[in-house]
Amino acid sequence: MNFEKIAFAFFIVLALTLNFGFFLGDIDDPAHHNVFELFAALVVSLIATILKFGDRSHTGAILLATSLVADLQLITAAVVWGATVYAMDIGLTSSVMSSIVSLSGGALLANILSVVILVMEELRFRN
Amino acid sequence: MQNVLFHLFRRMRLPLIVLIVSYAVSMLGLVLIPGMDDQGHPWRMDFFHAFYFVSFMGSTIGFGEIPYPFTDAQRLWTTFALYSTVISWLYAIGALLTIIQSNPFRQAVAHNTFIRQVKRIKEPFYLICGYGDTGSLVVKALSDRGISSVVIDINQDRINTLEIEDLSAVNPGLCANAAETDNLIASGLRSRLCAGVIAVTGEDQTNLMIALTSKLLVSPKPVICRAETEDMEANLDSFHTDYVINPYHRFANRLALSFRSPSIYLLFDWFTSSDTMQCSKLIQPPKGLWVICGYGRFGKAIEKFFNFQGIETIIVEADPDNTQPPPATIIGRGTEAVTLREANIEEAVGIVAGTNNDANNLSIIVTARSLKPDIFTVARQNQQKNTTTFEAAKSDMVMQSSTIIARRVLSRIQTPLLADFLRTTQTKDEEWASDMVKRIQELTDNQIPHAWTLRVNNRYAPALAASIKKQQQILLGTVLHDPRNYSQRLPCIALMAKQKEEKILLPDESLSLSLGDKVLFCGTADAKRHMSLTLESEPALLYCLTGESQSQGYFWRWLSKKYLQNGQMN
Repeated sequence: MNFEKIAFAFFIVLALTLNFGFFLGDIDDPAHHNVFELFAALVVSLIATILKFGDRSHTGAILLATSLVADLQLITAAVVWGATVYAMDIGLTSSVMSSIVSLSGGALLANILSVVILVMEELRFRN
Repeated sequence: MQNVLFHLFRRMRLPLIVLIVSYAVSMLGLVLIPGMDDQGHPWRMDFFHAFYFVSFMGSTIGFGEIPYPFTDAQRLWTTFALYSTVISWLYAIGALLTIIQSNPFRQAVAHNTFIRQVKRIKEPFYLICGYGDTGSLVVKALSDRGISSVVIDINQDRINTLEIEDLSAVNPGLCANAAETDNLIASGLRSRLCAGVIAVTGEDQTNLMIALTSKLLVSPKPVICRAETEDMEANLDSFHTDYVINPYHRFANRLALSFRSPSIYLLFDWFTSSDTMQCSKLIQPPKGLWVICGYGRFGKAIEKFFNFQGIETIIVEADPDNTQPPPATIIGRGTEAVTLREANIEEAVGIVAGTNNDANNLSIIVTARSLKPDIFTVARQNQQKNTTTFEAAKSDMVMQSSTIIARRVLSRIQTPLLADFLRTTQTKDEEWASDMVKRIQELTDNQIPHAWTLRVNNRYAPALAASIKKQQQILLGTVLHDPRNYSQRLPCIALMAKQKEEKILLPDESLSLSLGDKVLFCGTADAKRHMSLTLESEPALLYCLTGESQSQGYFWRWLSKKYLQNGQMN
């Protein structure tokens, strides 16, 4: 049992689940998408990225790349949210909401990829 | 660079996570704690404002409470958030500074800079292992000639000296063990531009390893190696190291040679000394009884070569158990009059102060002179920094390993034919050599002669190579003409020519040059410069061939051609 491994897998999977939770629901309905969930998904995703720093293996490099993609997507989603609501006074219209959720959907794909690679790497070790 | 980044990221993981978590917790708290707006209505901070507030609070401790004054609950939370974010920042910045200043990180950065510098060298360079007295002399001399060197030394202090040395060429230095293959490869051993490897570290074993590695990995590249024992010399020769230099051996050989023929010694001295000096005078060591103080590597070499020339020797040695001298040895250091008297100094004609301690050697010379003022003295100088003292001691000859090796290395690199020439000279007699000495002295007006090699190829002699390609016959005599005045000869002598594998000593002027030939010249520095004009410029070559100056430029050439044709028709 390796504590580092547990923490690593925990944050990667948590990033995916939080991301999924935010994504779930009607794409243009603000009531289905909680801002706290986006916040949590972003924070966990950032932590997961940092945990992947300094891994020199090939898999480590791919995991870092997918994680950076997820961060980029989530940060963009958060910036869109902040900008439309506070800076431009547009408010959470259905078109704004759907673009935020689709951005988080992109992050979701990247997070799924991370978990798939993680599982594959584990299986390879077991064999 | 990758190494450095990985190292940095790996060590920055925890500080960054702490920073992110403290930001997240502070923001979350601000969003959750109810506040009040300016009209007294309940109000909650959103994530956007929370992020903005925490950002400036963490780094500057505040512009004030925005957008509305805080409630007490918010203030309580802000106090907590303030300390936690400030501490996280301090921790992260502190960790970053610690990593940047840590030894492994700085070494990694230095290593990367070194590799980049090596890659940036765009001209042929030499890989020099060991930057002691010898290495620094070689690097300095190469740099003066515009040739870069890549230096490896195990001692960081020496690399620092290299960095602050005022050298004209780019000379990257790495503090590493040169006996390790990785370090040699990082220094550009496999590079196309690496012209050769020079192993002059203080350790024979390291030099051996460097020579072996280079021969196995990049066998056509020349390897020049220093060896201090005969054992090691034989070992290095066994796998065809290109040039092995044993300084004790070389010096003893030449000293012994000067008994037989002082002129040959003089030739050696001229051609292996550094430039711009007055010609050294003929030194003739007297034959008779010689006292040798110190029976180490140097003393043994001297004894061997003296015996070969039939010179009688008495050995003085302080530590007979270690060095195992012959039975008739006098035990003692030789620094005190008693020991020297015991060694029969009054009868002796010469003394060799050959211990590995400079102070003792100087003391031996001074003591010997006070006992017998006209004695011929040979001193071994171990450290370069003592040069001034040894000069003041006015010893007849000084043996200094680092200078001997450095000169040998340089002459080998610059004029490979010179080594062949000097080897041939050794087999000649005194008459031949003194004749040679006189000829050279007349040419150069008592200055140290320069030796240089004419390489008949496109790179070094473009004009010459071009006309040879046009099936034009060029004789050696052609390049000896002064390109400014046809009737004058350049003050230089062709010492040796190499055509294919054949070596010709003192080649005749009627020798026909072909591509790939090499000719060794000696003469004044001016002669060298003027000769290069003939080799590089087509008009100068034509002038030297015909004695008439040719029109230059397309227009004048066309005009003169036309004029000549008309002249022929009429």
